[in-house]
Amino acid sequence: MGDHFRVENLSISFGGLKAVDGVSFDVEPNTIFSIIGPNGSGKTTIFNLICGIYHPHSGRIILEGRNIVGLKPDRIARLGIARTFQNIELFGNATVMDNIMLGRHIHMKTGVFSGAFMWWRGSRAAQEEIVHREEVEKIIDFLDLQSVRDQFVSSLPYGKRKLVELGRALALKPKVLLLDEPSAGMNTEEKEDLSIWIKDIREDYKVTILLIEHDMNMIMGISDRVICLNYGRKIAEGLPQEVQKHPEVIEAYLGEEDIFRHA
Amino acid sequence: MDMKRDYYEDVQLFESNVVLFWTVVLLVFLFTLPLYVPSYRFSLFNLVLVHVILAVGLNILVGNTGQISLGHAGFFAIGAYGTTLLMTKLGLPFVLALPLAAFISSAFGFILGLPALRLEGPYLSIATLGFGLTVTHIIGHWDFFGGRTGLQVPPLDLGGGFILKTDVQKYYLILIITIFLVLSARNLLKTRVGRAFVAIRDSDIAAEVIGVNLLIYKTLSFAVSAFYAGIAGGLFGFVLGFFNPEPFNLILSIVFLVMIVVGGLGAIAGSIMGATLITILQYSLLKNIKEVPYVGPFMVDISSRWFTVIGLENLNSIVLGLIMIAIVIFEPLGIYGIWLRIKKYWRTWPF
Repeated sequence: MGDHFRVENLSISFGGLKAVDGVSFDVEPNTIFSIIGPNGSGKTTIFNLICGIYHPHSGRIILEGRNIVGLKPDRIARLGIARTFQNIELFGNATVMDNIMLGRHIHMKTGVFSGAFMWWRGSRAAQEEIVHREEVEKIIDFLDLQSVRDQFVSSLPYGKRKLVELGRALALKPKVLLLDEPSAGMNTEEKEDLSIWIKDIREDYKVTILLIEHDMNMIMGISDRVICLNYGRKIAEGLPQEVQKHPEVIEAYLGEEDIFRHA
Repeated sequence: MDMKRDYYEDVQLFESNVVLFWTVVLLVFLFTLPLYVPSYRFSLFNLVLVHVILAVGLNILVGNTGQISLGHAGFFAIGAYGTTLLMTKLGLPFVLALPLAAFISSAFGFILGLPALRLEGPYLSIATLGFGLTVTHIIGHWDFFGGRTGLQVPPLDLGGGFILKTDVQKYYLILIITIFLVLSARNLLKTRVGRAFVAIRDSDIAAEVIGVNLLIYKTLSFAVSAFYAGIAGGLFGFVLGFFNPEPFNLILSIVFLVMIVVGGLGAIAGSIMGATLITILQYSLLKNIKEVPYVGPFMVDISSRWFTVIGLENLNSIVLGLIMIAIVIFEPLGIYGIWLRIKKYWRTWPF
């Protein structure tokens, strides 16, 4: 068992419903690890558990040898886990620039007083702004967001917002990046771009990626390892091709087998 | 053309030479104001400036952080009473008493910020309302705070016997403090803390996930806002010269909110415009209407026939109310929104 990132025996129930039931998996550093499963199988709940929005009733989440269960989301973000949301959670009344700058929050130090005293170029706050602006500009270049840099997020089309959210998560320079259905609402061309970006992110940012996706082409194309969930339990784990052929997986997707044929 | 060549240009104090030019023009105008305006007006101008400070602080909390406060009259009172009592009872000089009182107010802001972690919207407004009422009640019933009779404000001694006596002298002091605090707020909102406030306003779940500590930043926003209210309150005491608990009531808290909503939420320029407009409307506009031929006597007549004996005050409230309604309906961004539209129009003029 690697100590980079692993989940042990994770469980949570809402009322009588066992949303996640004894799920364990182990993620190697710098790999793309995909979680698939029918709707309501507990994929997003696992992400919410990992980043501290929910607390599991039992189980452990280990990041670099440390159990992060019970920590608050902001603490977990500082330890190196960043995520995107299925239903985009951006800061709508702020510009793209400010949204991605907010991703740098944990790496910056300016407080109330040093911020308020940003009177000249040499002031600490101004220096810090400049340094982190450079980081953010790199991300904006990488994701091709130059043209919308100063626009308000609420005025952007859906696909662009997804990218801004990805950019914000990247700005945290995380060790583990959780992507919750990044391709939802994108057309085929955008999905292809996204696949390339995700691979590039893994290379350039040396980050481990956990991916929830419904697009099987994408899963099969970029994943190093896949697990499949059904009713909160893990029913298969392995290489993409292995999971694809697993009888229980096919059964879980009964009537949806066709989705694999195109892969 | 307005090309940027450097990241610093995005955060620097004056975004371009045009902004710098107009800022200098405005400052020169403000500093030479006593040359063109009779000095009896300056008591009103001082009040405007005090309200500008408060509105800028309140807008950080309401407009930028998305919290609500119906208790800002409480912080205002803490500033006023704090400054005066620190000077009279402890003998502290003004230059120490004012910031100290503001920090006391800020500490109360921090405490009031704690329930904001759990409460939202109407519930938070009730909690802050309770705070405001409690402060007014305590200062009204405790002899230490002067009780119902109120407090006499000591001479405004800047140190070394340099005493500001007239309204115009006080105007310069308050103006300098206002400019400093407005620019500080602008800097604060352009940097890390200001962005964290906006993050909390727009999506507190996402704010947490990117590492913004809600406990720290929500309470911080209350504390900063209360600090501004504290400074404003301290100066308010000197504008009045004598004060009792009566003005620090719930209506005042609401009028403060009106200033920032009418001016424009989340915009410093909006706070300034809103505070200026509402203060002038409230204290000055209809006060002189009696002297206007025909309209004046007509309004006095209506007012005394249909309303209570306080007369024109009623019409004042009605006009104020109508302006608020009109602005919220036609320009949700407030006066600042109107300003933005004018600016946009002129940018492309004459095309």
